[in-house]
Amino acid sequence: MTETALETAGLGKRYGRSTWALRDCTLSLPTGRIAALVGPNGAGKSTLLHLAVGLLRAQEGSVRVFGRDPRTDRAALADLGFVAQETPLYRDFTAAELDRVGRRLNRRWDGALVRERLAQLEIPADRPVGRLSGGQRAQVALALALAKRPRILLLDEPIASLDPLARREFMQTLMGAVGETGTTVLLSSHLLEDLERACDHLIVLRRARVQLSGAVDELLEQHRTLIGPRLPEGTAIPGVDRIVRASHTDRQSTLLVRAAVGAEPAVLPGEGWRAQEISLEDLVLGYLAASADPADPAGRADGERELVRR
Amino acid sequence: MIEFVLDGRSRVATYMQLVLQVKQALRVGLLRPGDQLPRVREVAQTLAINPNTVLKAYRELELEGLAAGRPGVGTFLVDTLAGPSLEHHADLRADLVGWLEKARAAGLSRDDITALIETTMRSMWDDRAAPAAAAAVREEGHLT
Repeated sequence: MTETALETAGLGKRYGRSTWALRDCTLSLPTGRIAALVGPNGAGKSTLLHLAVGLLRAQEGSVRVFGRDPRTDRAALADLGFVAQETPLYRDFTAAELDRVGRRLNRRWDGALVRERLAQLEIPADRPVGRLSGGQRAQVALALALAKRPRILLLDEPIASLDPLARREFMQTLMGAVGETGTTVLLSSHLLEDLERACDHLIVLRRARVQLSGAVDELLEQHRTLIGPRLPEGTAIPGVDRIVRASHTDRQSTLLVRAAVGAEPAVLPGEGWRAQEISLEDLVLGYLAASADPADPAGRADGERELVRR
Repeated sequence: MIEFVLDGRSRVATYMQLVLQVKQALRVGLLRPGDQLPRVREVAQTLAINPNTVLKAYRELELEGLAAGRPGVGTFLVDTLAGPSLEHHADLRADLVGWLEKARAAGLSRDDITALIETTMRSMWDDRAAPAAAAAVREEGHLT
């Protein structure tokens, strides 16, 4: 059952001679997950999605969708649904016309599903989509992507430009569709609060690198905030694999730590320390801040270094 | 059928909020054995949450013996948490309303009333627990 929907190994994409949009990207997304791809603008989110659907060619590494290469194996494309940023539909076409186009261009196409969804949402199928609201246009794009009955659906910032109500309605439609079909979903966003209840898998990108990737439950279980008296320089903490982020005052140290594999997550450095569970938002922000040092974008050791430096 | 509502400020995990809401509904008789729970797809859509979260909540209810899944049909409640006391609730509630009105007439504020009820309950339950605990100690004394 835990088949892999999307898998990348050492994936890298370079623009021009030296600008890497994505590098050393190795991750695996099991089927049935709803994954959030988060990171600041320019982190490489769109690049990763375009590589995954075969719209870009990588210079390094590989990407597989259900075991197939999306650039060379046409069978892979039937499994893929993609909604690009800003939902680029032909604006002079109506939803009904786009549905007909889709049927002609795809081997598998469920047009009844499109009509049903749009009727449910009271979106006029006979009006050019350029004259629909942003929320309605996003719903048309989602309905068209779902009509392929994709096994994996990739969405690039689908809700970023929508107002809160349209955002909510979009997530409702998406969650309902996943409940019906079990489709794997990967959606990029910089709006974390909308994703917290929807996503059970997390991928954090920053500066073209994967900072963190895994099941949300497991990631939250592995991380703790430790608060205690100021730590002496260079102190190693048993059971801690990595200090993701450290901040200090003259008396107090606050550490975001990742537990070593197999260790109890709440191992404390000593007397006077306490461990706090961490929210998804704190986790993401912790990892984004941890690698803020441009001298060390990969950021494996910067937490420790920070501890030594101050 | 019940409609799930999430508490956006709660730190309780989403699936656990669903579980607790079903249990609460069972306790007060809003849900009874034989009732069907909303379909996973519907809950996911209405609340805009991951369908797996709903599945997890329903599995938890199944593990606790409160619900059972019927393949292709849905999830149904098979047990209740409402004790035999449920039938007395209406009477007791009427008594309580009468008492609360009396307390208010006597000039007690909402906080006063809560405090009075809490201290009274605490002393009643402590008084009952104490002899029981003493008995347990005696029992153990015999055994050793």
